[in-house]
Amino acid sequence: MMNKQQTKNLNEVRAMIQRHKLNDYIFSIIGLLCLMVGLITLLTLFIDLILQGYPKLLSLSFYTDFPSRRASSAGLLSALVGSSLVMLVTFLSAVPMGVMAAIYLEEYAPKNWFSDLIEINVSNLAAVPSIIYGLLALGLFVYILDLGQSIVTAGLTLGLLILPVVIVATRESIRSIPIAIREAAYAVGATKWQVVYDHVIKYSFGGILTGVIIGMARAIGETAPIITIGALTFIAFLPPSPVTTTAPFLNFEWLSSGFTVLPIQMFSWLSRPSEAFHVNAAAAGVIIILVTLIMNGFAIRMRYKMRKNIKW
Amino acid sequence: MMTSTTPVKAEARNLSFFYNGGNNAVKNVSMPLYENKITALIGPSGCGKSTFLRCFNRMHDLYPGNKYEGQIIMHPDDTNILEKNVDPIEVRMRISMVFQKPNPFPKSIYENVAYGLRVRGEKNRRIVDDKVEEALKGAALWNEVKDRLQDLAFNLSGGQQQRLCIARALATDPEIMLFDEPTSALDPIATANIEELMSELRNKLTILVVTHNMQQAARVSDYTAYMYLGELIEHGETDRIFTRPTRKETEDYITGKFG
Repeated sequence: MMNKQQTKNLNEVRAMIQRHKLNDYIFSIIGLLCLMVGLITLLTLFIDLILQGYPKLLSLSFYTDFPSRRASSAGLLSALVGSSLVMLVTFLSAVPMGVMAAIYLEEYAPKNWFSDLIEINVSNLAAVPSIIYGLLALGLFVYILDLGQSIVTAGLTLGLLILPVVIVATRESIRSIPIAIREAAYAVGATKWQVVYDHVIKYSFGGILTGVIIGMARAIGETAPIITIGALTFIAFLPPSPVTTTAPFLNFEWLSSGFTVLPIQMFSWLSRPSEAFHVNAAAAGVIIILVTLIMNGFAIRMRYKMRKNIKW
Repeated sequence: MMTSTTPVKAEARNLSFFYNGGNNAVKNVSMPLYENKITALIGPSGCGKSTFLRCFNRMHDLYPGNKYEGQIIMHPDDTNILEKNVDPIEVRMRISMVFQKPNPFPKSIYENVAYGLRVRGEKNRRIVDDKVEEALKGAALWNEVKDRLQDLAFNLSGGQQQRLCIARALATDPEIMLFDEPTSALDPIATANIEELMSELRNKLTILVVTHNMQQAARVSDYTAYMYLGELIEHGETDRIFTRPTRKETEDYITGKFG
Protein backbone atom coordinates (compact mmCIF):
# COMPACT_ATOMS: atom_id res chain seq x y z
CA MET A 1 0.00 0.00 0.00
CA MET A 2 2.64 2.43 1.14
CA ASN A 3 4.90 1.41 -1.72
CA LYS A 4 2.20 1.95 -4.32
CA GLN A 5 1.45 5.39 -2.96
CA GLN A 6 5.09 6.40 -3.39
CA THR A 7 5.28 5.09 -6.92
CA LYS A 8 2.24 7.07 -7.91
CA ASN A 9 3.73 10.26 -6.48
CA LEU A 10 6.98 9.69 -8.29
CA ASN A 11 5.16 9.46 -11.62
CA GLU A 12 3.40 12.71 -10.88
CA VAL A 13 6.69 14.38 -10.03
CA ARG A 14 8.21 13.15 -13.29
CA ALA A 15 5.27 14.44 -15.29
CA MET A 16 5.54 17.82 -13.57
CA ILE A 17 9.27 18.03 -14.33
CA GLN A 18 8.54 17.25 -17.97
CA ARG A 19 5.93 20.00 -18.12
CA HIS A 20 8.33 22.50 -16.58
CA LYS A 21 11.13 21.46 -18.86
CA LEU A 22 8.94 22.25 -21.83
CA ASN A 23 9.20 25.92 -20.81
CA ASP A 24 12.98 25.70 -20.98
CA TYR A 25 12.70 24.23 -24.42
CA ILE A 26 10.26 26.86 -25.70
CA PHE A 27 12.30 29.71 -24.32
CA SER A 28 15.57 28.48 -25.77
CA ILE A 29 14.00 28.38 -29.23
CA ILE A 30 12.55 31.89 -28.94
CA GLY A 31 15.86 33.19 -27.60
CA LEU A 32 17.80 31.58 -30.41
CA LEU A 33 15.46 33.12 -32.97
CA CYS A 34 15.93 36.57 -31.48
CA LEU A 35 19.68 36.13 -31.56
CA MET A 36 19.63 34.95 -35.17
CA VAL A 37 17.51 37.84 -36.44
CA GLY A 38 20.17 40.28 -35.33
CA LEU A 39 23.20 38.23 -36.26
CA ILE A 40 22.03 37.01 -39.63
CA THR A 41 20.90 40.46 -40.73
CA LEU A 42 24.28 41.97 -39.90
CA LEU A 43 26.19 39.08 -41.36
CA THR A 44 24.17 39.28 -44.59
CA LEU A 45 24.93 42.97 -44.82
CA PHE A 46 28.63 42.39 -44.27
CA ILE A 47 28.79 39.57 -46.84
CA ASP A 48 26.82 41.68 -49.31
CA LEU A 49 29.32 44.51 -48.88
CA ILE A 50 32.21 42.14 -49.48
CA LEU A 51 30.58 40.66 -52.58
CA GLN A 52 29.95 44.13 -53.99
CA GLY A 53 33.29 45.58 -53.11
CA TYR A 54 35.64 42.65 -53.64
CA PRO A 55 37.13 43.80 -56.97
CA LYS A 56 38.30 46.95 -55.22
CA LEU A 57 39.24 45.26 -51.96
CA LEU A 58 41.65 43.00 -53.81
CA SER A 59 43.36 45.71 -55.78
CA LEU A 60 46.35 47.31 -54.15
CA SER A 61 45.85 50.62 -55.92
CA PHE A 62 42.61 51.13 -53.99
CA TYR A 63 44.72 51.72 -50.89
CA THR A 64 47.39 53.84 -52.53
CA ASP A 65 45.36 56.11 -54.79
CA PHE A 66 43.76 59.45 -54.08
CA PRO A 67 40.08 60.02 -54.87
CA SER A 68 39.36 60.56 -58.51
CA ARG A 69 36.53 61.53 -60.82
CA ARG A 70 36.87 58.13 -62.43
CA ALA A 71 35.62 55.36 -60.19
CA SER A 72 38.19 52.88 -61.45
CA SER A 73 41.16 54.93 -60.32
CA ALA A 74 39.64 56.33 -57.13
CA GLY A 75 41.35 55.18 -53.93
CA LEU A 76 41.17 55.41 -50.18
CA LEU A 77 44.62 56.76 -49.42
CA SER A 78 43.71 60.21 -48.14
CA ALA A 79 40.84 58.82 -46.06
CA LEU A 80 43.04 56.13 -44.50
CA VAL A 81 45.71 58.65 -43.59
CA GLY A 82 43.09 61.17 -42.44
CA SER A 83 41.33 58.66 -40.22
CA SER A 84 44.61 57.53 -38.67
CA LEU A 85 45.75 61.06 -37.87
CA VAL A 86 42.35 62.09 -36.52
CA MET A 87 42.31 59.00 -34.31
CA LEU A 88 45.79 59.90 -33.04
CA VAL A 89 44.54 63.33 -31.93
CA THR A 90 41.41 61.74 -30.45
CA PHE A 91 43.47 59.26 -28.48
CA LEU A 92 45.93 61.84 -27.19
CA SER A 93 43.18 64.21 -26.10
CA ALA A 94 40.53 61.88 -24.71
CA VAL A 95 42.63 59.33 -22.85
CA PRO A 96 44.64 61.50 -20.45
CA MET A 97 41.66 63.75 -19.79
CA GLY A 98 39.18 60.92 -19.35
CA VAL A 99 41.43 58.82 -17.14
CA MET A 100 42.37 61.73 -14.90
CA ALA A 101 38.77 62.90 -14.63
CA ALA A 102 37.66 59.40 -13.70
CA ILE A 103 40.40 59.01 -11.11
CA TYR A 104 39.46 62.34 -9.60
CA LEU A 105 35.77 61.43 -9.46
CA GLU A 106 36.43 58.01 -8.01
CA GLU A 107 39.26 58.69 -5.58
CA TYR A 108 39.37 62.35 -4.69
CA ALA A 109 35.98 63.99 -5.21
CA PRO A 110 33.96 64.35 -2.03
CA LYS A 111 30.78 62.31 -2.22
CA ASN A 112 27.88 64.75 -2.14
CA TRP A 113 24.95 65.91 -4.26
CA PHE A 114 27.26 67.77 -6.59
CA SER A 115 29.39 64.74 -7.42
CA ASP A 116 26.20 62.73 -7.88
CA LEU A 117 24.99 65.36 -10.34
CA ILE A 118 28.27 65.18 -12.26
CA GLU A 119 28.11 61.40 -12.28
CA ILE A 120 24.60 61.36 -13.78
CA ASN A 121 25.57 63.91 -16.38
CA VAL A 122 28.71 62.10 -17.46
CA SER A 123 26.59 59.05 -18.19
CA ASN A 124 24.09 61.24 -20.03
CA LEU A 125 26.85 62.79 -22.14
CA ALA A 126 27.65 59.35 -23.50
CA ALA A 127 24.14 59.24 -24.93
CA VAL A 128 24.13 62.68 -26.57
CA PRO A 129 23.73 62.32 -30.36
CA SER A 130 27.04 62.82 -32.10
CA ILE A 131 25.77 65.59 -34.38
CA ILE A 132 25.32 67.75 -31.27
CA TYR A 133 29.04 67.33 -30.61
CA GLY A 134 29.58 68.41 -34.20
CA LEU A 135 27.65 71.63 -33.62
CA LEU A 136 29.54 72.29 -30.41
CA ALA A 137 32.83 71.73 -32.19
CA LEU A 138 31.84 73.98 -35.08
CA GLY A 139 31.14 76.79 -32.64
CA LEU A 140 34.03 76.19 -30.27
CA PHE A 141 36.93 74.81 -32.29
CA VAL A 142 36.21 76.26 -35.74
CA TYR A 143 34.83 79.70 -34.94
CA ILE A 144 35.93 80.66 -31.42
CA LEU A 145 39.32 78.94 -31.25
CA ASP A 146 39.84 79.36 -35.00
CA LEU A 147 41.37 75.92 -35.46
CA GLY A 148 39.84 75.63 -38.91
CA GLN A 149 38.27 72.65 -40.59
CA SER A 150 41.32 70.64 -39.78
CA ILE A 151 42.58 67.36 -38.39
CA VAL A 152 43.01 68.84 -34.93
CA THR A 153 39.40 70.05 -34.91
CA ALA A 154 38.11 66.65 -35.95
CA GLY A 155 40.35 64.83 -33.48
CA LEU A 156 39.30 67.03 -30.58
CA THR A 157 35.63 66.70 -31.55
CA LEU A 158 35.80 62.93 -31.55
CA GLY A 159 37.88 63.15 -28.37
CA LEU A 160 35.01 65.00 -26.70
CA LEU A 161 32.62 62.45 -28.11
CA ILE A 162 34.39 59.49 -26.55
CA LEU A 163 35.42 61.29 -23.35
CA PRO A 164 32.32 60.08 -21.45
CA VAL A 165 32.94 56.53 -22.67
CA VAL A 166 36.52 56.67 -21.38
CA ILE A 167 35.41 58.18 -18.06
CA VAL A 168 32.68 55.60 -17.49
CA ALA A 169 34.93 52.66 -18.45
CA THR A 170 37.75 53.91 -16.24
CA ARG A 171 35.46 54.43 -13.28
CA GLU A 172 33.98 50.97 -13.63
CA SER A 173 37.42 49.47 -13.85
CA ILE A 174 38.57 51.39 -10.79
CA ARG A 175 35.50 50.33 -8.85
CA SER A 176 36.16 46.68 -9.52
CA ILE A 177 39.32 46.87 -7.38
CA PRO A 178 38.33 45.31 -4.05
CA ILE A 179 38.21 47.49 -0.97
CA ALA A 180 40.50 44.98 0.75
CA ILE A 181 43.32 45.81 -1.69
CA ARG A 182 42.97 49.55 -1.13
CA GLU A 183 42.85 49.09 2.62
CA ALA A 184 45.94 46.90 2.46
CA ALA A 185 47.80 49.72 0.73
CA TYR A 186 46.54 52.41 3.08
CA ALA A 187 47.34 50.21 6.08
CA VAL A 188 51.08 50.23 5.35
CA GLY A 189 50.98 54.03 5.27
CA ALA A 190 50.42 54.88 1.62
CA THR A 191 49.06 58.28 0.67
CA LYS A 192 46.12 58.62 -1.66
CA TRP A 193 48.39 59.36 -4.58
CA GLN A 194 50.57 56.33 -3.83
CA VAL A 195 47.47 54.15 -3.75
CA VAL A 196 46.30 55.63 -7.05
CA TYR A 197 49.67 55.41 -8.76
CA ASP A 198 50.94 52.07 -7.43
CA HIS A 199 47.64 50.21 -7.42
CA VAL A 200 44.52 51.81 -8.85
CA ILE A 201 45.96 52.78 -12.23
CA LYS A 202 47.93 49.57 -12.62
CA TYR A 203 45.12 47.19 -11.76
CA SER A 204 42.50 49.03 -13.80
CA PHE A 205 44.73 49.42 -16.85
CA GLY A 206 43.10 46.56 -18.74
CA GLY A 207 39.62 47.96 -18.22
CA ILE A 208 40.71 51.49 -19.15
CA LEU A 209 42.32 50.24 -22.33
CA THR A 210 39.22 48.30 -23.25
CA GLY A 211 37.05 51.37 -22.76
CA VAL A 212 39.44 53.51 -24.80
CA ILE A 213 39.53 51.09 -27.71
CA ILE A 214 35.77 50.65 -27.76
CA GLY A 215 35.41 54.42 -27.71
CA MET A 216 37.90 54.76 -30.57
CA ALA A 217 36.11 52.07 -32.52
CA ARG A 218 32.96 54.13 -32.20
CA ALA A 219 34.76 57.32 -33.16
CA ILE A 220 36.34 55.93 -36.30
CA GLY A 221 32.93 55.27 -37.83
CA GLU A 222 31.46 58.63 -36.84
CA THR A 223 30.32 60.72 -39.80
CA ALA A 224 27.85 63.31 -38.57
CA PRO A 225 30.10 65.46 -36.37
CA ILE A 226 32.86 65.41 -38.97
CA ILE A 227 30.49 66.60 -41.68
CA THR A 228 29.21 69.28 -39.34
CA ILE A 229 32.64 70.77 -38.81
CA GLY A 230 33.06 70.78 -42.56
CA ALA A 231 35.47 68.04 -43.54
CA LEU A 232 36.20 67.93 -47.24
CA THR A 233 35.05 65.05 -49.35
CA PHE A 234 37.58 65.32 -52.11
CA ILE A 235 41.14 65.39 -50.90
CA ALA A 236 43.85 64.72 -53.41
CA PHE A 237 46.79 65.41 -51.15
CA LEU A 238 48.23 64.11 -47.92
CA PRO A 239 48.76 66.23 -44.80
CA PRO A 240 52.41 67.01 -44.05
CA SER A 241 54.06 64.05 -42.40
CA PRO A 242 54.12 64.17 -38.59
CA VAL A 243 57.62 62.70 -38.62
CA THR A 244 60.47 64.31 -40.50
CA THR A 245 63.98 63.27 -41.32
CA THR A 246 65.54 66.43 -39.94
CA ALA A 247 65.65 67.59 -36.33
CA PRO A 248 63.45 67.92 -34.31
CA PHE A 249 61.93 65.02 -36.28
CA LEU A 250 58.41 66.07 -35.35
CA ASN A 251 56.21 68.33 -37.39
CA PHE A 252 52.89 69.70 -36.29
CA GLU A 253 51.70 71.27 -39.53
CA TRP A 254 49.55 68.22 -40.21
CA LEU A 255 47.30 69.26 -37.36
CA SER A 256 45.91 72.21 -39.28
CA SER A 257 45.68 70.41 -42.60
CA GLY A 258 42.43 69.67 -44.38
CA PHE A 259 41.44 66.03 -44.39
CA THR A 260 38.84 63.41 -45.04
CA VAL A 261 38.05 60.25 -43.13
CA LEU A 262 36.85 56.78 -44.10
CA PRO A 263 33.12 57.17 -43.43
CA ILE A 264 33.00 60.50 -45.26
CA GLN A 265 34.82 59.04 -48.22
CA MET A 266 32.33 56.22 -48.24
CA PHE A 267 29.41 58.62 -47.99
CA SER A 268 30.77 60.73 -50.82
CA TRP A 269 31.10 57.73 -53.13
CA LEU A 270 27.68 56.49 -52.14
CA SER A 271 26.04 59.77 -53.10
CA ARG A 272 27.37 59.59 -56.66
CA PRO A 273 24.88 58.51 -59.27
CA SER A 274 27.39 56.32 -61.07
CA GLU A 275 27.02 52.63 -60.22
CA ALA A 276 30.78 52.14 -60.42
CA PHE A 277 31.36 54.32 -57.40
CA HIS A 278 29.08 52.11 -55.34
CA VAL A 279 31.66 49.37 -55.60
CA ASN A 280 34.15 51.74 -53.99
CA ALA A 281 31.64 52.62 -51.27
CA ALA A 282 31.04 48.96 -50.47
CA ALA A 283 34.77 48.33 -50.29
CA ALA A 284 35.23 51.33 -47.99
CA GLY A 285 32.41 49.99 -45.81
CA VAL A 286 34.18 46.66 -45.48
CA ILE A 287 37.37 48.44 -44.47
CA ILE A 288 35.56 50.45 -41.76
CA ILE A 289 33.91 47.32 -40.38
CA LEU A 290 37.21 45.44 -40.43
CA VAL A 291 39.04 48.23 -38.61
CA THR A 292 36.30 48.31 -35.98
CA LEU A 293 36.33 44.53 -35.58
CA ILE A 294 40.10 44.47 -35.30
CA MET A 295 40.03 47.18 -32.63
CA ASN A 296 37.35 45.36 -30.64
CA GLY A 297 39.22 42.09 -30.95
CA PHE A 298 42.35 43.80 -29.72
CA ALA A 299 40.38 45.22 -26.77
CA ILE A 300 39.12 41.78 -25.80
CA ARG A 301 42.58 40.29 -26.11
CA MET A 302 44.15 43.06 -23.99
CA ARG A 303 41.50 42.71 -21.31
CA TYR A 304 42.08 38.99 -21.15
CA LYS A 305 45.84 39.44 -20.93
CA MET A 306 45.68 42.16 -18.30
CA ARG A 307 43.24 40.31 -16.09
CA LYS A 308 45.10 37.03 -16.20
CA ASN A 309 47.29 38.01 -13.27
CA ILE A 310 44.58 39.77 -11.34
CA LYS A 311 42.02 37.54 -9.70
CA TRP A 312 39.07 39.13 -8.00
CA MET B 1 50.49 41.10 39.86
CA MET B 2 51.85 40.99 36.33
CA THR B 3 49.54 43.81 35.27
CA SER B 4 51.07 46.43 37.47
CA THR B 5 54.65 45.87 36.34
CA THR B 6 54.10 45.44 32.60
CA PRO B 7 54.57 48.67 30.65
CA VAL B 8 51.63 49.92 28.62
CA LYS B 9 52.24 50.46 24.90
CA ALA B 10 48.94 52.10 24.10
CA GLU B 11 45.65 52.71 25.77
CA ALA B 12 42.17 53.63 24.75
CA ARG B 13 40.64 56.26 26.99
CA ASN B 14 36.88 56.68 26.92
CA LEU B 15 36.92 55.77 23.26
CA SER B 16 33.63 56.01 21.40
CA PHE B 17 33.15 55.60 17.69
CA PHE B 18 30.26 56.68 15.47
CA TYR B 19 29.79 55.48 11.92
CA ASN B 20 28.52 57.86 9.27
CA GLY B 21 24.82 57.98 10.04
CA GLY B 22 25.29 57.96 13.79
CA ASN B 23 25.56 54.25 14.63
CA ASN B 24 27.48 54.23 17.90
CA ALA B 25 29.56 51.08 17.40
CA VAL B 26 32.04 51.56 20.24
CA LYS B 27 30.87 53.02 23.53
CA ASN B 28 33.20 54.63 26.00
CA VAL B 29 35.85 51.91 25.99
CA SER B 30 38.97 52.29 28.14
CA MET B 31 41.55 49.58 27.82
CA PRO B 32 45.35 49.19 27.87
CA LEU B 33 47.52 47.28 25.41
CA TYR B 34 50.50 45.96 27.32
CA GLU B 35 53.86 46.10 25.65
CA ASN B 36 55.05 42.86 24.01
CA LYS B 37 51.82 41.16 24.95
CA ILE B 38 48.96 39.82 22.92
CA THR B 39 45.58 41.26 23.74
CA ALA B 40 42.59 39.40 22.30
CA LEU B 41 39.20 40.96 21.67
CA ILE B 42 36.31 38.53 21.81
CA GLY B 43 32.57 38.94 21.57
CA PRO B 44 29.63 38.05 19.33
CA SER B 45 29.39 39.37 15.74
CA GLY B 46 28.53 43.02 15.58
CA CYS B 47 29.77 43.78 19.09
CA GLY B 48 32.16 46.42 17.79
CA LYS B 49 35.44 44.57 18.23
CA SER B 50 36.61 45.05 14.64
CA THR B 51 35.45 48.66 14.71
CA PHE B 52 37.46 49.19 17.88
CA LEU B 53 40.55 47.58 16.34
CA ARG B 54 40.29 49.72 13.21
CA CYS B 55 40.37 52.86 15.36
CA PHE B 56 44.00 52.06 16.17
CA ASN B 57 45.24 52.68 12.61
CA ARG B 58 42.59 55.28 11.78
CA MET B 59 41.17 53.03 9.06
CA HIS B 60 37.81 54.71 9.58
CA ASP B 61 39.29 57.94 8.22
CA LEU B 62 39.15 56.43 4.74
CA TYR B 63 35.38 56.78 4.71
CA PRO B 64 33.57 60.06 5.13
CA GLY B 65 31.38 60.93 8.08
CA ASN B 66 32.94 58.63 10.68
CA LYS B 67 33.65 60.15 14.07
CA TYR B 68 35.88 59.30 17.02
CA GLU B 69 35.46 60.52 20.58
CA GLY B 70 37.94 60.00 23.38
CA GLN B 71 41.60 59.14 22.99
CA ILE B 72 44.05 56.44 22.08
CA ILE B 73 47.32 57.33 23.75
CA MET B 74 50.48 55.75 22.41
CA HIS B 75 53.49 55.43 24.66
CA PRO B 76 56.27 56.33 25.26
CA ASP B 77 55.59 59.59 23.39
CA ASP B 78 52.06 59.99 24.80
CA THR B 79 50.64 60.90 21.40
CA ASN B 80 46.89 60.83 21.11
CA ILE B 81 46.72 59.13 17.71
CA LEU B 82 43.08 60.09 17.23
CA GLU B 83 43.81 63.79 17.39
CA LYS B 84 42.91 65.74 14.27
CA ASN B 85 46.41 67.13 13.75
CA VAL B 86 48.00 63.69 13.88
CA ASP B 87 48.18 62.44 10.31
CA PRO B 88 46.56 59.00 9.92
CA ILE B 89 49.46 58.06 7.63
CA GLU B 90 51.87 58.67 10.51
CA VAL B 91 49.73 56.41 12.69
CA ARG B 92 49.72 53.67 10.04
CA MET B 93 53.49 53.91 9.78
CA ARG B 94 53.69 52.98 13.46
CA ILE B 95 50.78 50.55 13.69
CA SER B 96 50.37 47.94 10.97
CA MET B 97 47.47 45.66 10.26
CA VAL B 98 46.68 42.15 9.06
CA PHE B 99 43.21 41.66 7.64
CA GLN B 100 40.54 39.02 7.91
CA LYS B 101 41.02 37.62 4.43
CA PRO B 102 44.53 37.47 2.97
CA ASN B 103 44.75 40.52 0.70
CA PRO B 104 48.09 40.47 -1.11
CA PHE B 105 48.55 42.90 -3.98
CA PRO B 106 48.53 41.41 -7.48
CA LYS B 107 52.29 41.85 -7.53
CA SER B 108 55.26 39.60 -6.86
CA ILE B 109 55.95 38.14 -3.43
CA TYR B 110 58.95 40.44 -3.15
CA GLU B 111 57.03 43.57 -4.10
CA ASN B 112 54.27 42.77 -1.64
CA VAL B 113 56.69 42.72 1.26
CA ALA B 114 58.69 45.66 -0.05
CA TYR B 115 55.66 47.88 -0.56
CA GLY B 116 55.75 49.42 2.91
CA LEU B 117 59.38 50.39 2.31
CA ARG B 118 58.62 51.79 -1.14
CA VAL B 119 55.90 53.94 0.38
CA ARG B 120 58.51 55.29 2.77
CA GLY B 121 60.74 56.18 -0.17
CA GLU B 122 63.40 53.55 0.49
CA LYS B 123 65.34 53.23 -2.76
CA ASN B 124 68.48 51.43 -1.65
CA ARG B 125 68.22 47.99 -3.19
CA ARG B 126 70.34 46.28 -0.55
CA ILE B 127 68.37 47.68 2.35
CA VAL B 128 65.09 46.65 0.72
CA ASP B 129 66.45 43.16 -0.02
CA ASP B 130 67.57 42.73 3.58
CA LYS B 131 64.30 44.00 5.00
CA VAL B 132 62.25 41.73 2.75
CA GLU B 133 64.28 38.72 3.78
CA GLU B 134 64.07 39.66 7.44
CA ALA B 135 60.30 40.18 7.26
CA LEU B 136 59.73 36.91 5.40
CA LYS B 137 61.83 35.10 7.99
CA GLY B 138 59.89 36.84 10.74
CA ALA B 139 56.67 35.64 9.14
CA ALA B 140 58.04 32.06 8.85
CA LEU B 141 57.65 32.15 5.09
CA TRP B 142 61.23 32.61 3.90
CA ASN B 143 62.07 28.94 3.41
CA GLU B 144 58.98 28.36 1.30
CA VAL B 145 59.40 31.33 -1.02
CA LYS B 146 63.10 32.24 -1.09
CA ASP B 147 63.57 30.65 -4.52
CA ARG B 148 60.55 32.30 -6.10
CA LEU B 149 60.41 35.82 -4.77
CA GLN B 150 59.42 37.12 -8.19
CA ASP B 151 56.39 34.81 -8.42
CA LEU B 152 52.95 36.32 -8.21
CA ALA B 153 51.63 36.39 -4.65
CA PHE B 154 48.30 34.95 -5.79
CA ASN B 155 50.05 31.66 -6.55
CA LEU B 156 50.62 31.05 -2.83
CA SER B 157 48.18 29.05 -0.71
CA GLY B 158 45.73 30.86 1.57
CA GLY B 159 47.85 30.30 4.67
CA GLN B 160 51.01 31.40 2.87
CA GLN B 161 49.23 34.50 1.58
CA GLN B 162 48.24 35.42 5.11
CA ARG B 163 51.83 34.98 6.30
CA LEU B 164 52.89 37.12 3.34
CA CYS B 165 50.50 39.81 4.58
CA ILE B 166 52.08 39.50 8.02
CA ALA B 167 55.50 39.90 6.41
CA ARG B 168 54.25 42.98 4.58
CA ALA B 169 53.02 44.42 7.87
CA LEU B 170 56.29 43.45 9.57
CA ALA B 171 58.71 44.89 7.03
CA THR B 172 58.29 48.43 8.30
CA ASP B 173 59.11 47.63 11.94
CA PRO B 174 55.77 48.59 13.45
CA GLU B 175 55.36 49.13 17.16
CA ILE B 176 51.92 47.57 17.25
CA MET B 177 50.36 45.02 14.92
CA LEU B 178 46.61 44.68 14.57
CA PHE B 179 45.08 41.35 13.53
CA ASP B 180 41.45 41.42 12.43
CA GLU B 181 40.28 37.78 12.66
CA PRO B 182 43.43 36.69 10.83
CA THR B 183 42.59 32.99 10.63
CA SER B 184 38.87 33.02 9.85
CA ALA B 185 39.54 32.20 6.19
CA LEU B 186 42.17 29.52 6.89
CA ASP B 187 42.23 25.79 7.54
CA PRO B 188 43.29 24.40 10.96
CA ILE B 189 46.93 23.76 9.99
CA ALA B 190 47.39 27.25 8.53
CA THR B 191 45.64 28.61 11.62
CA ALA B 192 48.08 26.83 13.92
CA ASN B 193 50.98 28.30 11.92
CA ILE B 194 49.63 31.83 12.25
CA GLU B 195 49.01 31.40 15.98
CA GLU B 196 52.55 30.16 16.53
CA LEU B 197 53.82 33.09 14.53
CA MET B 198 51.87 35.55 16.65
CA SER B 199 53.37 34.11 19.80
CA GLU B 200 56.84 34.68 18.39
CA LEU B 201 56.07 38.17 17.11
CA ARG B 202 55.15 39.17 20.62
CA ASN B 203 58.85 39.46 21.40
CA LYS B 204 59.23 42.25 18.87
CA LEU B 205 55.99 44.14 19.13
CA THR B 206 52.63 44.57 20.78
CA ILE B 207 49.64 42.74 19.33
CA LEU B 208 45.92 43.38 19.34
CA VAL B 209 43.91 40.56 17.81
CA VAL B 210 40.20 40.32 17.13
CA THR B 211 38.95 36.77 17.07
CA HIS B 212 35.58 35.12 16.89
CA ASN B 213 37.18 31.95 18.16
CA MET B 214 37.39 31.77 21.95
CA GLN B 215 39.79 28.82 21.93
CA GLN B 216 42.13 30.92 19.83
CA ALA B 217 41.97 33.76 22.33
CA ALA B 218 42.67 31.29 25.13
CA ARG B 219 45.58 29.74 23.22
CA VAL B 220 47.46 32.79 22.03
CA SER B 221 46.64 35.81 24.13
CA ASP B 222 48.04 37.18 27.37
CA TYR B 223 45.09 39.48 27.94
CA THR B 224 41.51 39.14 26.84
CA ALA B 225 38.78 41.73 26.49
CA TYR B 226 35.15 40.80 26.09
CA MET B 227 32.98 43.28 24.20
CA TYR B 228 29.24 43.26 23.83
CA LEU B 229 27.04 45.79 21.99
CA GLY B 230 29.91 48.24 21.67
CA GLU B 231 30.81 48.17 25.35
CA LEU B 232 33.82 46.65 27.03
CA ILE B 233 32.37 44.20 29.52
CA GLU B 234 35.55 42.82 30.98
CA HIS B 235 39.30 43.01 30.43
CA GLY B 236 41.99 41.04 32.20
CA GLU B 237 44.63 38.35 32.00
CA THR B 238 43.48 35.59 29.70
CA ASP B 239 43.92 32.84 32.31
CA ARG B 240 41.71 34.66 34.74
CA ILE B 241 39.04 35.69 32.19
CA PHE B 242 38.63 32.10 31.09
CA THR B 243 38.70 30.57 34.57
CA ARG B 244 37.26 33.19 36.92
CA PRO B 245 35.44 35.89 35.01
CA THR B 246 34.07 38.54 37.33
CA ARG B 247 31.13 39.49 35.15
CA LYS B 248 28.18 37.19 34.62
CA GLU B 249 27.93 38.21 30.91
CA THR B 250 31.52 37.16 30.26
CA GLU B 251 30.96 33.82 31.91
CA ASP B 252 27.80 33.22 29.87
CA TYR B 253 29.64 33.99 26.67
CA ILE B 254 32.76 31.92 27.26
CA THR B 255 30.79 28.95 28.55
CA GLY B 256 28.64 29.04 25.42
CA LYS B 257 25.36 29.92 27.15
CA PHE B 258 25.17 32.93 24.94
CA GLY B 259 26.50 34.05 21.60
